Amino acid sequence: MLTSPIAPAVSLRNMAITFGSKVGGYTAVQGIDLAAQPGEFIAIVGPTGCGKSTLLNASAGLLKPSSGDVEILGVPLQGLNGRAGYLFQQDALMPWKTALQNVAVALEPKGTSHADAEMKAREWLRRVGLAAFVDRYPHMMSGGQRKRVALAQMLIRDPEILLMDEPFGPLDAQTRQIMGNLLLDLWAADRKAVLFVTHDLEEAIALSDRVVVMSAGPAARIIGDFPVTLPRPRDIAEIRLEPAFHHIHKEIWASLRVEVQKAYAQGEGASA
Amino acid sequence: MNRMKLVLLQVAVGLGFLLLWHVLTAYPILAPTKQTQFFFSTPADVLARVWKELTSTEIWGHLWITLLETVLAFAFGAGGGILFGFLFARRELLAAVFDPYIKAANALPRVVLAPIFALWFGLGIWSKVALGFTLVFFIVFFNVYQGVREVSPVVLANARMLGLNERQLLRHVYWPAALTWMFSSLHTSVGFALVGAVVGEYLGSSAGLGYKIHEAESVFDVTGVFAGMVILSIFVILIDAFVTMIERRLLVWRPAPSTNGQG
Repeated sequence: MLTSPIAPAVSLRNMAITFGSKVGGYTAVQGIDLAAQPGEFIAIVGPTGCGKSTLLNASAGLLKPSSGDVEILGVPLQGLNGRAGYLFQQDALMPWKTALQNVAVALEPKGTSHADAEMKAREWLRRVGLAAFVDRYPHMMSGGQRKRVALAQMLIRDPEILLMDEPFGPLDAQTRQIMGNLLLDLWAADRKAVLFVTHDLEEAIALSDRVVVMSAGPAARIIGDFPVTLPRPRDIAEIRLEPAFHHIHKEIWASLRVEVQKAYAQGEGASA
Repeated sequence: MNRMKLVLLQVAVGLGFLLLWHVLTAYPILAPTKQTQFFFSTPADVLARVWKELTSTEIWGHLWITLLETVLAFAFGAGGGILFGFLFARRELLAAVFDPYIKAANALPRVVLAPIFALWFGLGIWSKVALGFTLVFFIVFFNVYQGVREVSPVVLANARMLGLNERQLLRHVYWPAALTWMFSSLHTSVGFALVGAVVGEYLGSSAGLGYKIHEAESVFDVTGVFAGMVILSIFVILIDAFVTMIERRLLVWRPAPSTNGQG
């Protein structure tokens, strides 16, 4: 197959995902069209339970779409997406491995020698600011430190696409900002395509080049696509104070608010 | 409560028990001393016998046999339990088909098998190893089975996204997860290996601690029975301490070293 040099990193075309049987199943997302260009940082926002993570899992190959196409760098996706790294919301480190072992193991599928893998893992842990914590086990580290290890574990493989599912969700506000800046620094070094799912609109704008808004589920669709033209490099804490930031925020929130209220009303209905 | 006080209280309970035993057997309070001493011996006699046994050479041979049986029963039981636990957890059909039979086999009191094992394997160590095996196997089997099946789906998905193949997943994810569960039952399974060995010896053998106790019982040597029990207790405590040491070393990554007081 001929792949054009400018094929999008991730391309979802008219994709739908239904859980359970075809009839009477739960349709999470429907009619999804999304293309992420190489080097583009896309944030996906939407109300709770709108299938943001479903989109990510389909791009990762963890979920098979019920209909539609998933193409990765111009090639239809089959099985797991080996060209993508995935950062989970929950703790996904192996608890029985130290930080160093957790990062080094990511190189094993590539056949890197043990000594070489450890050397590179040390270097990556230094880059995420954990040089002094290489021999710690996950339970000995804070939530933010564990996320740093997970980040190093994902990046050491040098994937072409980064998929992140509310990675900083469980962290406190200050740590989120620090992690956000760390992510931007690392990303700026060699811009990869990023799909970043979050429920935090401010975080989405501060990090991304484009914010994609999803409707409330079920059968959630993409209802908005907003470019973020704020200059880089950015500082997450400071950029929130810019007038341009407020302008974009206002614009996106106008479309997001309706969906959040819809999702909220559904939640009320379901619990009644 | 501070540690010193706790140790003092623990020692006080032990001494109190010995004192009560001594008073009741040294003075004709409940019955004539001759009678009470026949049924209950005296603490001084028991301790003297324990000392005599431990300083003689004969007991070490028996201890060695019991230890050998325990270690072999544990090794085979744990090995089999790990193998089948893995197999069944990874092959749903096998687990489903064999489920009622495994439950039935596990529900059976293993002591009733002891005479059969004696028939099959003779009165040497192998009939005791077989009995210990049936006890250890099921504990390890169920724990490994559970451990492999309950691997965190997120950890697994992450490992797969990192590109680990089946063999690498087995080595880096399933195996450590299964071992965790096995070690959490280590005290219980080592304890059961010992129970299998001692009960087997008790029911028919010519060597081992169980045999020593049985021998003393058959001539109404109450002092000998109690002395045998004391030696057995010391033996169990030493083995348990050894297991704890291994566990600490192997499970350093765990948040809090669990000390489930079983076994």
